[in-house]
Formats: sequence, structure tokens, C-alpha cells
Amino acid sequence: MRALPVGDDALLVEVSSDEEARALHAEVLRRRAQGLLTVREIVPAARTVLLDGLDDPARRVRELASWEVPPPPSRARELVELPVRYDGPDLAEVAAHWHVPEREVARIHAGTEFTVAFCGFAPGFGYLTGLPARYDLPRRATPRTAVPAGAVALAGPYTGVYPRSSPGGWQLIGTTDAVLWDHARVPAALLAPGVRVRFVPAEGV
Amino acid sequence: MSDRSIVVERAGALTTVQDLGRPGYAHLGVPRSGALDPPAAALVNRLVGNPPDAAVLETTLDGCAVRARSTVTVAVGGAPCPVAVGGRPAAWGAPVVVPAGELLEAGAAIAGVRSYLAVSGGVAVEPVLGSRATDLLSGLGPAPLTDGTVLPLGPSPGPPARVDGAPQPRPPAHLVLRVTPGPRADWFTDRAVRDLTTRAYRVSPSSNRIGLRTEGPGLERARTGELPSEGMVLGAVQVPPDGRPVVFLADHPTTGGYPVIAVVRAADLPAAAQAVPGTPVRFVPVRRR
Repeated sequence: MRALPVGDDALLVEVSSDEEARALHAEVLRRRAQGLLTVREIVPAARTVLLDGLDDPARRVRELASWEVPPPPSRARELVELPVRYDGPDLAEVAAHWHVPEREVARIHAGTEFTVAFCGFAPGFGYLTGLPARYDLPRRATPRTAVPAGAVALAGPYTGVYPRSSPGGWQLIGTTDAVLWDHARVPAALLAPGVRVRFVPAEGV
Repeated sequence: MSDRSIVVERAGALTTVQDLGRPGYAHLGVPRSGALDPPAAALVNRLVGNPPDAAVLETTLDGCAVRARSTVTVAVGGAPCPVAVGGRPAAWGAPVVVPAGELLEAGAAIAGVRSYLAVSGGVAVEPVLGSRATDLLSGLGPAPLTDGTVLPLGPSPGPPARVDGAPQPRPPAHLVLRVTPGPRADWFTDRAVRDLTTRAYRVSPSSNRIGLRTEGPGLERARTGELPSEGMVLGAVQVPPDGRPVVFLADHPTTGGYPVIAVVRAADLPAAAQAVPGTPVRFVPVRRR
């Protein structure tokens, strides 16, 4: 674990795996809930947790060295089930990358339990991990100018669902009608960091 | 007339509703947003008697014009510009009474980029996640204003500040941005780190609320490959593949995969928001506090 100073009042705490990042994020949340840490934003990401708006960054760097971070709670978080139709335009391309028949893509994807590693790109866009490393995928060489809301997509080690229509370079494998983001709802984001996710094929698929 | 609202008669190039933004949601991918020049927004609010978190209008280069449906007190600050009420010149940087039915015009900026227009009661559009700010990156908050937009106002506050005007910093002719190194300075060559703080940059015309883009020497990476996405702070100096540093402003993405070579002191960002395209920029290294 390494704490990199970011400006005057933030620290980027770097670890060596997404598992460790999840564990660290859970520990940071626990310490904040206990009043041990005053911080404006806690932003988990692939290998880091950003602590922005810290009360005393220099002191926190010293403290972090003595933190003992337990493994991430695996079953503690809620499970969100997202209905999905595996009808994306990139199914064939994904199948080719994975060296499997096209219908196997849906079976592999729906058979995986994902975790929201972090959010970014757009409000409510979660980067979901869970697929084995052999299924890592490149982004499309040419991004699409418009990906529809609800598109279920893959890139690198991640699965994501576009909360609203936007440009995007991920490979599209399906569609969900779930509303990923609704700022009038509490909570606004269906997929927050740490939440577990399963994709459930719609009837008849 | 008791209809507490204003009607946008001339929206200008880009006029948005702004307040203190919506911090605390970065982990969901929600930018903080809010006024790019917070001291200017706070000042015009104070001049009309509003609390600091009241929503104001933020213009871009060419001002805007609004018609008051009831008598209101208005103050225009930030980028200096001509102000007129009912076609007659009025004070900039001071409270001005706009009678019901009259037009308030904030003209093109004489210097700087963003003028702020506060109306007594504040712009009272429906808040999203606790803020009325327009976030141009993710589309939260009200859309940028268009001609004919009707904006509701909040209840009239107490009497406006009893001041004729207040000192405001001049928009910068030369932009000096103090930076602390890191967190990813080690992704760049020693020369790139030196170049950032010794060479001359200029504000690029493609700057916006997301970032202040610069033109100048490209900064060379020492490490190739992709940085896994990581959290981004306000003022981060991110270096995309073309090597030209971008300073993240209020609507910046909450995570990103390009390395951050340095971070600009928050106190210097209001000046960055007022630097017109072509303004010379110097990044000056300072010690971390």
C-alpha cells in the first residue's frame, strides 16, 4: 500500500489488485463511519482509493502505514439482478475473441457474479469485475458515436451498462430495461461501488 | 406583479445556472460542478442579499439578458461587462434594482470569460442531488439556457448588502498556476516535469467547464501503456496522449486513465476560469502545505 499526495488535501492510496482496492475501500468507509476519518470524497478505482478533502493528509500518510486491512466482505453487500437480452451488435466479435460459439457468450456472462469495482464515465456507470482474465477484451477500434441507454457492454476486464445514451467504445453484447440512474430516486445509482450484480437472461432468450 | 421569475431574452453563447455544486457523489461518477469562479458567484450573491448557496447565472464571453417579472435586485460580477437596466447603463459589481417588466442586460465581457448574475431570491429551479448547477459533462441540472427560458426565483431575501460596490480581482493578463507535483509525475521524463514549470503555455480556445486546455510543448511520457482508471481531483493537471496539459475544472470526470503530472492550488482556479483563450500560462512549482 502506497499513499501518493495529490495537491494539498488529497491522497491517492495505491494497492496492487482490484481485490485489495475493494478491501481498502471497505476499510475507508468503515473508518469514516466510525468518525476516525474526515474526508469529502472517497473514490475507489481499479487499483486505488482517492481520499479527497482530507483533514490532515500528512498525518493520514503516517497512519496508513499501520492500517491492517481485512479482506473485502464478500457477501455483505446487496445483490442486484439486471434482466438482460443478449442481443448486442458485437456478440459475434466477442465470441471470436473468446474462441466460443456466439450463444456461449450469454451463458458465460449470465453465469458470472459481478462486483461493482468503481463508478465513473457517467453518473451511475459502474465498472463491474468478475469475468476471468482470459475474457479480457479490447475496446472497439472506432468508438460508436451513440450507444443506447441500457446497453450491456464489455471492455478490458470490465462489464458496464450505459445509464444513458452516449458515445462509447465498448463491445455491446446485450440490453437491459433496468434504470441504472434516476436522480429523483434514492439511491440515484442502482450500481454503487461494492454492490454485487447478476445478469438474468430475459424469458425466452 | 408577484410572479417571482425571470425570462431569458438573450441566452448568449453559453449561460448556465450555477451554485456551490454537488460534492460528495464522485464515487457514483457525479462531477462536483458549480460556479467556475466561486468567489465571484459568492460576491454577487452577497450584493443582492442572497445566502452563499443561492443559484446564479454564469455567462460565457458574451453575457446574457433577462427580463424581470417582478421587481428584483440584481448584481453582475466576475468578468467585467457593460450592464444596462431598461436600456440605461447601470453599475457592474453593485446591487441594481430592476423594476418589474424591465430588461437587465449583461453585455459582452470586456475582460475575462465568465460573468455572474445574481437575482434576489436566487434561481429556484428544482435541485438535483442537492444542487441546481448545470453539469455539462454528465447533463445533470438544468440545460444551458435558451431564449425564452423562464426561471423561477426563490423568496425574496432580506435587504441587499449596503455597499455600492466591492473590489473584485481583474481577469488575468498572465495566468500563474501554482502546482504541487504528482501523483503521477513519475510517468513522465525528468525533462517533461521541468518543461511543465519552465516553458510557456497558452490557454487553448477549446477550454470549457470541464477543463482548461493549453497549447505549448508536449510533455513526454517516461512510461508507456495505460494507467488503470483512478480518482481525479479538481485542479488535476492531466496529460492526454497529445502531451498538452489540461487543468481539470468543476465539471471534470471523477475518474480517468491519463496520468496527472501535478495539481493546481484551488485558490488559483478562479483566475483560470477567467483566462481568455491565448492568455499566457505559467505553472509554478510550490511546496505542499
